[in-house]
Amino acid sequence: MRTPEYPPSQIFLTVNGKPLATSSATLAGLLAELSLAQETVVVEHNGRLLSQEAIAGTALAAGDVLELIRFVGGG
Amino acid sequence: MSSSKVSGAACAAVSASVPPESADTLCIGGRTLRSRLFIGTGKFGDESSLPRIAAACGAEVITVALRRADLSAPGGNILSHVPEHMQLLPNTSGARTADEAVRIARLARAGGVGNWIKIEVIADSRNLLPDGYATAKATEVLAREGFVVLPYMNPDLYVARDLVNAGAAAVMPLGAPIGSNRGLQTREMIRILIEEIPLPIIVDAGLGVPSHACEAMEMGAAACLVNTAIATAGDPPAMAAAFGEAVRAGRRAFLAGTGRVLGSGGEASSPLSGGLGESLTGFLEESA
Repeated sequence: MRTPEYPPSQIFLTVNGKPLATSSATLAGLLAELSLAQETVVVEHNGRLLSQEAIAGTALAAGDVLELIRFVGGG
Repeated sequence: MSSSKVSGAACAAVSASVPPESADTLCIGGRTLRSRLFIGTGKFGDESSLPRIAAACGAEVITVALRRADLSAPGGNILSHVPEHMQLLPNTSGARTADEAVRIARLARAGGVGNWIKIEVIADSRNLLPDGYATAKATEVLAREGFVVLPYMNPDLYVARDLVNAGAAAVMPLGAPIGSNRGLQTREMIRILIEEIPLPIIVDAGLGVPSHACEAMEMGAAACLVNTAIATAGDPPAMAAAFGEAVRAGRRAFLAGTGRVLGSGGEASSPLSGGLGESLTGFLEESA
């Protein structure tokens, strides 16, 4: 049997256009892992826009595509 | 773009007993604004200065942008620096198509900042000029979804009419390219929009010094949006205060009704005693 390159609990996601490995099973867990306060982030999960309430209850699966968007300075 | 409707709920009428100047409010999307200066939040090195800047100029509307979170350095949250009472106006900067602008607007609303949106669709990276056709398409979609849409545009009468028909709440023509501080280069076209378009005309982009904003207001613009001129000033809060005063002065001048301009020659301000041919110092001889 081939030795896994990563612990089997890790899943691969595409976050903001880049591959990312995480052991978080939930979106809330991933945001905490990335030090992003949930209320400051807007999330698109597999192309679907999530409400703030929906973020807390969203589970992650291998291959998920996430966009994590924040407000920044602009004119 | 068929239905000709002006979006936004009506604002409450201001009591007739209020003095004229404080009764001069701007109504956009059902919100009554007393300040006609909108400010941006870009290019400020220290965003914690935003409350001081807002207080210095009295602005009630403030723009923000949306970007992918920087996963390696999340940084602070700009919204934490925006005073509670201010109306947030997220923009769709970064959008190159109508669809991208619509997507960014929906992201902004999901972020809980209300339903105002400044549409900005730009595919020209050198001059940063907005795409009028794409802007009108995005405006139509978003107005139908209940957004209060303030589209940034190149001052063109036909594009402005499309934006009115698409349901815009105001029209925001540029004075000069974004961030240029070159002033009211498009004044003749903006003057036409002010005359012809039945929506607030908010001059956005290019205003570099307070006199530029003052001139726009003297012409009858409903408001001005200023970002770079304040952010790149030596003392941003002081410059914000100067813009606030200039916008108020220009508005008062517009309401006062500016005096006429002579095509040629001059006209004495002091009375000329007697008729033509008489010496200008004739009164000295009469009283002798």
